[in-house]
Amino acid sequence: MDANVTASLSLEGPDERRDLKLVGDWSPASMPHIERQLLTLPANLCGHVICDWSAAKTPGIGPAWLLLTRLIDLGCSHLDIEHVGNPPHFLELLKKLTHDRHLARTTHLHVPSLETLVGRLGLWAVLQGRYMRGVLEFFGRIVAVVGQIFSRPRALRISSLTRHMYETGVTAIPIVSLIAFLISVIVAYLGAQQLARFGANIFVVDLVTIAVLREMGVLLTAIIVAGRSGSAFAAEIGVMQLNEETDALRAMGLNPIEVLVVPRVLALFIVLPCLTVIADGMGLAGGILLSLVNLHIPLPEFISRMQEALAPTTFWAGLVKAPVFAILIAMVGTYRGMQVRDSARELGRLTTVAVVQSIFFVIFADALFAVLFVQLDF
Amino acid sequence: MLDTSYDPVIRVRGLVNRFGRQIVHDGLDMEVRQHEIFGVVGGSGTGKSVLLRSILGLKAPDGGTVELYGRDVQSLAADENSSLVQSYGVTFQNGALISSLTVAQNIQLPLREHYDLSEPALDALAEMNILMVGLSADTAGKYPSQLSGGMVKRAALARALALEPKLLFLDEPTAGLDPISAAAFDELLLYLHAQLRLTVVMITHDLDTLFRTCTRIGVIVDSRMVSDTLPGMLENPHPWIREYFHGTRARAAEAPLKEQGHG
Repeated sequence: MDANVTASLSLEGPDERRDLKLVGDWSPASMPHIERQLLTLPANLCGHVICDWSAAKTPGIGPAWLLLTRLIDLGCSHLDIEHVGNPPHFLELLKKLTHDRHLARTTHLHVPSLETLVGRLGLWAVLQGRYMRGVLEFFGRIVAVVGQIFSRPRALRISSLTRHMYETGVTAIPIVSLIAFLISVIVAYLGAQQLARFGANIFVVDLVTIAVLREMGVLLTAIIVAGRSGSAFAAEIGVMQLNEETDALRAMGLNPIEVLVVPRVLALFIVLPCLTVIADGMGLAGGILLSLVNLHIPLPEFISRMQEALAPTTFWAGLVKAPVFAILIAMVGTYRGMQVRDSARELGRLTTVAVVQSIFFVIFADALFAVLFVQLDF
Repeated sequence: MLDTSYDPVIRVRGLVNRFGRQIVHDGLDMEVRQHEIFGVVGGSGTGKSVLLRSILGLKAPDGGTVELYGRDVQSLAADENSSLVQSYGVTFQNGALISSLTVAQNIQLPLREHYDLSEPALDALAEMNILMVGLSADTAGKYPSQLSGGMVKRAALARALALEPKLLFLDEPTAGLDPISAAAFDELLLYLHAQLRLTVVMITHDLDTLFRTCTRIGVIVDSRMVSDTLPGMLENPHPWIREYFHGTRARAAEAPLKEQGHG
């Protein structure tokens, strides 16, 4: 087999009737080489082209297709190409394919596109509008199911609710406790260093208690839960979407919102305030420990100072945010999960979106609360 | 490179495959010659897929030899593996298209891996393969999830043909298709088989496909293979083969055949 001769082509003859001699190895393996050779063909090939295959070894359909499409793109009509000299056995298929290609090109010649700036802006606006409507509809459906619970207690799926409370709440206690404790120690330690310069060590107690109870306890808990459970909600429901399980539920007359979404939202609604209380406790414990070890503030003094520092509302100002954060996290997670369609890639993308967005919404809501509480003097 | 004009294309001798105590193949012989469409038939659990995996070199057999183009599949060294892979194309039962890539990107995946081609050339080759399997040109930009069952089978065939193999393995190519789509797939297969001079090994349960396309049939019974042409198979006295080719479903599929050939 003389396949080692590299593929080449040479064009001869007058403009209206050219001979194209194909020489060497025309198997698929030499396609990269053939492609470079094809670039040397002159533009504006009009008239008859005769392809001579007699010197081409083991021609493949891929190289032949590259040749023909190149000739056609250079201005040759697909009807004006002739094949001589033992043409390849798949010639009939090749001719049919070039004909199909010709048809496809002529039927879809010009589709007006939305590629202009205004078009894209409009498309974006419409999509955002639809997206907002989708979110509102989703929220409305959840509220409707929650409303039904009072008239039809069966709509509350107790077993599902307890399972999610366990998974999102009980199993999160160690990590929430640990992080609240450590962050509080860090704040107390750094705060003590700064305050020591003014001889105001005792104010570390104010710093730790107010920071933990008002902001950090609830915010840290919400962010951890968003990362743990928001992603789990999106992934679980997303996989069910891919397996058509949600469609199966609908077909059996079950409402996926009632079966899948509401138990998760309610579970988080109940569990997140509890986790916040635990985080508050662990945060205070961290502050007390550091004050004792590093600043030599004994426990009774810490507590009496704490009682002076705290307003009656400080604890509640933190805790009241927890249910709101819970609803945000659970809704974003479940909504993104319900949006999963078609592919594994979508699942990954929407799970990521769920976590990022729920953390964003939590922090954004926290900012609104901060402004609101200042205005209300809460 | 493998000599793709070697005959027989596949030669399996005394193949033994077992999982624990369960013996799947016990001295199975099989031979596929150039330019055949060879249908593999067998009851559930008789090891059709295991046979396919053994031939592709994906599973080391517990005994016997598998030769592809006269070379032992298992002893083909790692550096020769790519020429082995390029010499055959496979379609899997559910298409196995990569769900995060478009149809065109799926077809270009093996081309990108093996050839250093420019984007326009890759696009042209994807277009060729898409048109070749009878899909419309606008399928190129679609994702597998946007395709119907029949289109997925065709797209999988297009990907299997991308490297221009001379040997094609099809695992249940018409399963799950409606009869009209399945018949269209049969015709497509026959046309491409003739035009591209392919050798085809097909696992199928579709009796219509079997009767329409296959030149020879291999039936796996009692852990061995009985191969014969279709008329020969119809005369075979083995009870399972008789049941398979003379059951109620088979009779309906045979009817047009008898009118043409035997009747």
